[in-house]
Amino acid sequence: MSKSKVAFFDFTSCEGCQLNKLNFENELLGILDLIEIVEFREAMDDKADHYDIAFIEGSISTPKCVERIYDIRRRSDILVALGSCAVTGGINAMKNNHPADEVRETVYGKDKYLFPSMPVQPVSAIVKVDYEIRGCPMSAPEYLHVFKSLVLGRKPEIKDYAVCVECKLRENECVLDKGMFCLGPVTRAGCDAICPSFGQYCTGCRGVVSHVNRDGAIEMLKEHGFSAKEAENRLKMYCTNELESINKWGA
Amino acid sequence: MGRDLNINVHHITRVEGHGNIVVDMKNGVLQKAQLDIVEAPRFFEAMLKGRNFQEAAIITSRICGICSLGHQMTSLKATEAALGLEVSDQTVMLRKLLVHGATFQSNVLHALFLAAPDFLKVGSVFPLVNTHKDVVLAALRLKRLANDVGDVISGRAVHPISIVPGGFTMLPSEKDIAALKEKFIKQAIPDVEFILEVLISLAGEIPVFERETEYISIYSEEEYGLYDGKICSSDAGLFPVEDYLNVTNEFVVPHSSSKHAKFNRTSYMVGALARFNNSYALLSPMAKKAAEKIGLKAPNYNPYMNTVAQVVEVVHCIEDSVRLFDILLDKGIKNEKPNQEPTRYGRGIAATEVPRGILFHDYTYNRQGNIVAANCIIPTGQNLANIDDDMKKLVPEVIDEEKEDITMKLEMLVRAYDPCISCSVHLLDVEFVE
Repeated sequence: MSKSKVAFFDFTSCEGCQLNKLNFENELLGILDLIEIVEFREAMDDKADHYDIAFIEGSISTPKCVERIYDIRRRSDILVALGSCAVTGGINAMKNNHPADEVRETVYGKDKYLFPSMPVQPVSAIVKVDYEIRGCPMSAPEYLHVFKSLVLGRKPEIKDYAVCVECKLRENECVLDKGMFCLGPVTRAGCDAICPSFGQYCTGCRGVVSHVNRDGAIEMLKEHGFSAKEAENRLKMYCTNELESINKWGA
Repeated sequence: MGRDLNINVHHITRVEGHGNIVVDMKNGVLQKAQLDIVEAPRFFEAMLKGRNFQEAAIITSRICGICSLGHQMTSLKATEAALGLEVSDQTVMLRKLLVHGATFQSNVLHALFLAAPDFLKVGSVFPLVNTHKDVVLAALRLKRLANDVGDVISGRAVHPISIVPGGFTMLPSEKDIAALKEKFIKQAIPDVEFILEVLISLAGEIPVFERETEYISIYSEEEYGLYDGKICSSDAGLFPVEDYLNVTNEFVVPHSSSKHAKFNRTSYMVGALARFNNSYALLSPMAKKAAEKIGLKAPNYNPYMNTVAQVVEVVHCIEDSVRLFDILLDKGIKNEKPNQEPTRYGRGIAATEVPRGILFHDYTYNRQGNIVAANCIIPTGQNLANIDDDMKKLVPEVIDEEKEDITMKLEMLVRAYDPCISCSVHLLDVEFVE
């Protein structure tokens, strides 16, 4: 079997997902037997012209990002969006909730025109994305699953049900029942409910499931003393770009 | 007749984020030597407006994957200061362990995977897997162990889960802590001693260059300043953390989407070497011995030695972690709930030493517990002016060398600072202009 040529690219992001890849200390050397990493700026100097698989981390947030992603797409057979920033715009998209001028002035003051910026968008808003690995950060086991599938020429299985399902399977006490807010009922699984398992609430980092039971979720939140408005506000942390598609959360 | 030289390194590799090195010399007169920061701006301070106090650390953690723990820690301390939330001794000890873990994880990653390829004249760590497998494996084991600390104590090493304002949502068991302690003693100490030997054998590859500058770090009388303390300037002494704006004096320069900083000179340095210079006397005994063996004495004015200081800190963090494990095991882990009942609303400022230097978070909360103003000052941003000043002194000193060698020394210089550009813009490339 010839080795797949794999490349990693970082756009607007914290590079935490890339870092997580270097965190497979036990599997890293095994993975390197199966692939040839041809581009990975954070870890190496080399650059290449064609990629079998390109992993994209980060959101599109400047005109330069748009140019770069077109160029990478042209040279890639399979393009995978990696992590919340790439898949939905993630936490970066929170800035879309504030007027652009105000945002730039808050950070750069009178020098606000020096650095161009645009509304934060997911990679799929600009080019075709073949596979998505969600999460902030991406879940390591899910990434390994997708990675191995693609290298072996198989179609990876991507989960599309709520975090609640995985949370119940782990036999956690319901976060809402503990009196805390939670976005588990509307958020995509695949993380193995890691935050509720460590006593935190689900922040919705993986984006919403494709068929949200909006009314059911609102009713359940109300039963636990939380308003639809609060849910909408909490969703803005990771799902600003998805809020329109699940419109009228606040209704 | 002086030399014309143009160097333009676009998107310097093996650093976190996007930057370019630009050097322009005409007739032997240096026109420009600077690090352009081209990372896309992210506007975290604006994003924080209106967010709840429980969300602040979750959001600021996402400024940077590598420094996520440091951002969370600083964010939590700023929130606690603003809302008057006291935390327990147990919380502080567990947090110090997390800071140790994050510091030695990041220092190992930088020294062995990002900087060491330069000393061995290869383009990345990957060829070293074949030529120096035992070193790579030791480094991987140390990294894994550092991540274990994060996983066990905070739920996840990248973007921790269970550390919240006022304490922890879930606590590790004494069994977990005892297992970590055993790994530290049986595995981490021999591994770091081995890596130290390798580093000593490579010490000749570290460029000789000196430029004394102002060194700024956290200083604590009780311990090597990492988790908390006062601001310490090697030029001007100690300052309360609340005075951070008078120390950092941030300003915007056109070649960088990350702001620059200065205090008593045109620039100052933060990071492992600054900490080492300011707090040498407080290093653990093993770390002091390691510094001695490798020939690093405080004060040291060679920025390339920052990488060496990082490895000395790895030793310190490992040894001090064992001390903290012992105290925790001795006292036993108490099942405490986080203290999230605000006693006041207002402004809170905090500083933590993260691997790349001193980090400041400053929040103001309204009576609903939502943020009305936020400011984050990041170590790499504070180092940028100092990197430019180093380049301006270095280029004339090495001007008779081949262009490739000059470029290499400049890249190594930038890498020595272990810049974290995502953080600083909340931004690195090298451009030589011909």
